[in-house]
Amino acid sequence: MNVAEIRNQFPILAEKLPGGQDLVYLDNAATSQRPKRVLDKYLQLSLKTNANIHRAVHYLAAEATDQYESAREAVREFIGAASTKEIIFTSGTTASINTVAYSYGKAFVGRGDNIIVSQAEHHSNIVPWQLLAERTGAEVRALPVDDDGQLRIDLLPRLIDKNTRLVAVCHISNVLGLVNPVKEITRIAHERGVHVLIDGAQGIVHEAVAVKDIDCDFYVFSGHKMYAVPFTGVLYGKQDLLEEMPPFLGGGEMIASVSLEDGTTFAPLPGKFEAGTQNLAGTPTLIEAINTCKQFRDKEIVDYQQRLTDYVLNALQADDRITLYGVPRGNVAKVPLFSFSVKGAHHEDLALILDKMGIAVRSGQMCAEPIMDRFGVTGMVRASFAPYNTLEEAEYFIKCLDRAIKMLS
Amino acid sequence: MEPTKTIQEVEADIIENFSMFDQWLDKYEYLIELGKNLDAFPEEAKTEENLIKGCQSRVWLDAKASDGRIWFKADSDAIITKGIISLLISVYNGRTPAEILASDFSFIEKIGLRENLSPTRANGLVSMIETIRKRAAENNN
Ligand SMILES: Cc1ncc(COP(=O)(O)O)c(C=O)c1O
Repeated sequence: MNVAEIRNQFPILAEKLPGGQDLVYLDNAATSQRPKRVLDKYLQLSLKTNANIHRAVHYLAAEATDQYESAREAVREFIGAASTKEIIFTSGTTASINTVAYSYGKAFVGRGDNIIVSQAEHHSNIVPWQLLAERTGAEVRALPVDDDGQLRIDLLPRLIDKNTRLVAVCHISNVLGLVNPVKEITRIAHERGVHVLIDGAQGIVHEAVAVKDIDCDFYVFSGHKMYAVPFTGVLYGKQDLLEEMPPFLGGGEMIASVSLEDGTTFAPLPGKFEAGTQNLAGTPTLIEAINTCKQFRDKEIVDYQQRLTDYVLNALQADDRITLYGVPRGNVAKVPLFSFSVKGAHHEDLALILDKMGIAVRSGQMCAEPIMDRFGVTGMVRASFAPYNTLEEAEYFIKCLDRAIKMLS
Repeated sequence: MEPTKTIQEVEADIIENFSMFDQWLDKYEYLIELGKNLDAFPEEAKTEENLIKGCQSRVWLDAKASDGRIWFKADSDAIITKGIISLLISVYNGRTPAEILASDFSFIEKIGLRENLSPTRANGLVSMIETIRKRAAENNN
């Protein structure tokens, strides 16, 4: 399998921009492109097997339910969970974290307790905890990162006290692109009786995730960054914890019985957390998305990505006009996600000029204001690569970046 | 100093200038040049009140009315935005509120700026124009 074969699987990559240029899509950390097999799956489900799931006895309903539940099994297998009861489908990372913040919060967090997040979290892994803190009188604490963007896990044991309930950190930050030592973080927290949530929105894309090995209590991610359609997502939780947590949303399908006189009892897992009509055509695209992720573990592809990562990393680090945030050190790996700033050139100007050259990059705060403040910037530029990006595109990006910087200085 | 040309005349000059560029690159280089040459903006006017929301870059616009005319000063931390600000100021500085309110700001589309800027940037441009109109309306009596 080589990069040309991969590119053929992603129809959008053959599109031309209005200016006639080829599209160089380097905003994969925001959302990935989707391969034909994912789009086909979505269409197939809409054209041939559309019915509401778990509800009716007719043929279509049974087919649709089968597809939906196959996706659950595919996800369970993909992340190595013990049971499909531990796989809750949501609309994405944000919905997964909000579910935990509400339901786990209701069961385990009270006045005077605290939740620890890192300085490098996406707003999705900060704001739900702040809302929980506001509701309950709990406190949100931050684990800092050092100048290279590495998590100061040496400080974690001291930050945890007897009132700490949960540590919620990302597997890979959407700004820094470093693989955090989630297994070690989990061990430190568990030794002190503290639960752990891993925001895997970026982690699931770049790492082979085994939740039993990490031993985290929750692992959450979005489908749209791992080649599935938008508004799909997963909340993995350990069964015993999920059992203890009350439901988040109430509605159809999440109940065992409803009575206006005697109250309501809830469905067993995972139904308890899946209220209302689900993403019928979308969620099963996770099956094909997972197949795509597995394909990308092919040695030739992995080696190629590593060469690309090394090339971009070296080029950015060798340029003294550029400050790179998230510098690999020791055994902390860097994924092909590069955020940087340029002295004397505004991130917005750089992104506008690169756009004119056919290159899609992200600029601004990237939904992570605290880490912008940490590094004293109002925004950064981010180039994030996928396995369908070529070395030629990486070289073109570096060349155009140089040209843009010269234009602006 | 009161402008000697009408709004329409200045707009026509700008459209003429931009029509010489057939490459986006030249257009951007020209905007960057304009941005660099924009009059300095007083630090003390960089207030929360003068900050325009809706841009990825920060934009400050200060408007003062005197002798029935409005005088604009503006700044941004991004240079291309500053270039656009410079165009807006050259058209609207020292005009009467009535003149500003009668203008349709369509020269921006005619020089291909709106379509050339990303949607988030277009929002910034729209907010800038709205603020200019708002200041004109406040002083229109
Ligand atoms: C690390 C991280 N966490 C959370 C999110 C939020 O994901 P979503 O918007 O798909 O819910 C993102 C995506 O932008 C992310 O990169």
